[in-house]
Amino acid sequence: MSEPFLIGDSMTGGYGNGPDILHDCTVAVEKGEIAVIVGPNGAGKSTAMKAVFGMLDVRQGAVRLDGEDITNLSPQDRVLKGMGFVPQNNNIFTSMTVEENLEMGAFIRTDDFSETMEQVYHLFPILREKRQQQAGELSGGQRQQVAVGRALMTQPKVLMLDEPTAGVSPIVMDELFDRIIEVARTGIPILMVEQNARQALEIADKGYVLVQGRNAYTGTGQELLADPEVRKSFLGG
Amino acid sequence: MDTLNALVAFSNFVAIPAVAYGSQLALGALGVTLVYGVLRFSNFAHGDTMAFGAMIVVLLTWLLQSWGVSLGPLPTALLALPVGIIVTAGLLVATDQLVYRFYRKHKSPPVIFLIVSLGVMFIMNGLVRFVIGPGDQRFFDGQRFIVSVREFKAMTGLREGLAIKTTQGLTVVTAVIVVAVLFWFLNKTRTGKSMRAYSDNEDLALLSGINPERVVLVTWLIVAALATVAGALYGLDKSFKPFVYFQLLLPVFASAIVGGLGNPVGAIAGGFVIAFSEVTVTYAWKKVLVYALPDQWEPSGLMQLLTTDYKFAVSFVILVIVLLFRPTGLFRGKAL
Repeated sequence: MSEPFLIGDSMTGGYGNGPDILHDCTVAVEKGEIAVIVGPNGAGKSTAMKAVFGMLDVRQGAVRLDGEDITNLSPQDRVLKGMGFVPQNNNIFTSMTVEENLEMGAFIRTDDFSETMEQVYHLFPILREKRQQQAGELSGGQRQQVAVGRALMTQPKVLMLDEPTAGVSPIVMDELFDRIIEVARTGIPILMVEQNARQALEIADKGYVLVQGRNAYTGTGQELLADPEVRKSFLGG
Repeated sequence: MDTLNALVAFSNFVAIPAVAYGSQLALGALGVTLVYGVLRFSNFAHGDTMAFGAMIVVLLTWLLQSWGVSLGPLPTALLALPVGIIVTAGLLVATDQLVYRFYRKHKSPPVIFLIVSLGVMFIMNGLVRFVIGPGDQRFFDGQRFIVSVREFKAMTGLREGLAIKTTQGLTVVTAVIVVAVLFWFLNKTRTGKSMRAYSDNEDLALLSGINPERVVLVTWLIVAALATVAGALYGLDKSFKPFVYFQLLLPVFASAIVGGLGNPVGAIAGGFVIAFSEVTVTYAWKKVLVYALPDQWEPSGLMQLLTTDYKFAVSFVILVIVLLFRPTGLFRGKAL
């Protein structure tokens, strides 16, 4: 089997000098696919994603992007390498307009990014409508769209989402998932952490169930949904 | 009752001086608010930065005057301003590299920065006194009035006179230009937007590839320009005395906080709120009231709430009230 496009391979590590939170944990995403990390609270889902993005020390194991070892790169350098990251909180510039948020997303680009902005507006039509509004005035679901749009402005080769549906209503959540599928259809692999395990696994090509910083179950979304063990422990039967 | 003369007296003694003073405070407060927004600390050295910038302008003005250079009706200091800004920018960037960068690297909490800026303040304070001395310096030249009392009376035939000093007009015009350029820069240019983004959300700005050291550098350059312009205008309008700039720190900070720290629009509004409060509370209203009220109501006292010696108390009181009831300021800046 060939190597996945982005892989955090057997990662062990934690924040600063603190104890290890991840133990030999592997998450990966293939080209054109959606990979989802799920698990109970405190399982290290977000930590695993942050490890892949270089926001904590990976003491053992490696992170590879398109075959290249990027374990020692800073998050900023990973952005330059083509990784887009949407943090869970504070993921927009609240005092700036929607359009300025997108412009800032494209800050590292020196070429004309108006076409990318057009694509983002096409994916998220509501943003076009609200382009001159301050992002901080938007609803939760719209803010998440701004956040994803901002990350898309660099034309990332892979997009990482940390709980994109945290704190939005179920209806908005469904819409956001639809949008995420649309982004994936444009060919960008997506690695995301989700609290809403069932819905997330339904759209996932690959799912990782983490428990206490370790891989507990791994499989395609459908496999995991069908797995009686997974159903019993995480999906409420 | 004589509404017209009341209005003229009011303009002459309250409105015009307050607008000029408010513009100076607004420029000072903009510098404080930018440092707070981008570098996230209260820069106590700002008053003495203004003194340093003004000092360079004073020295250069003297030099130009000794060469016989003049701008006709306008003060020669305007010619010295750009060089003053460059020298001050050099000082601020050097201070940042030598002092503040160390604490930035160590991710020191804001209170450490504040104390460090206090140290920087004392050094700048000493530097200015060492170079130019603690005394009062005059460097204004050119035409003194745009409109003088006598001209105004002759023009209108009113009993009350109205004077607009060249420095007052110059202050307001310069402030408007500087503020317009600043807002254009912050809202329309890539670098300006990256400064706002960095101020808004530092982590996300880093994720977007914005270089924090560059943002910090540009901020100091702008702060140098604002401080020098504010300091020079204040010195032209009143006179240049190092200690006065140290005292100015209070109304300048009050302006920035009243408007909302980190919010440029707030800094300007705050500047005028503080200036108008100071002037109206310490002005003897008798003259205006004699015109404005019916004859029988003529006040016997001076109708002055506080003597001018207490003008700094006004900033303090407003500061306390705002911090108690609306800590984020009028324009919702960041809470302290």
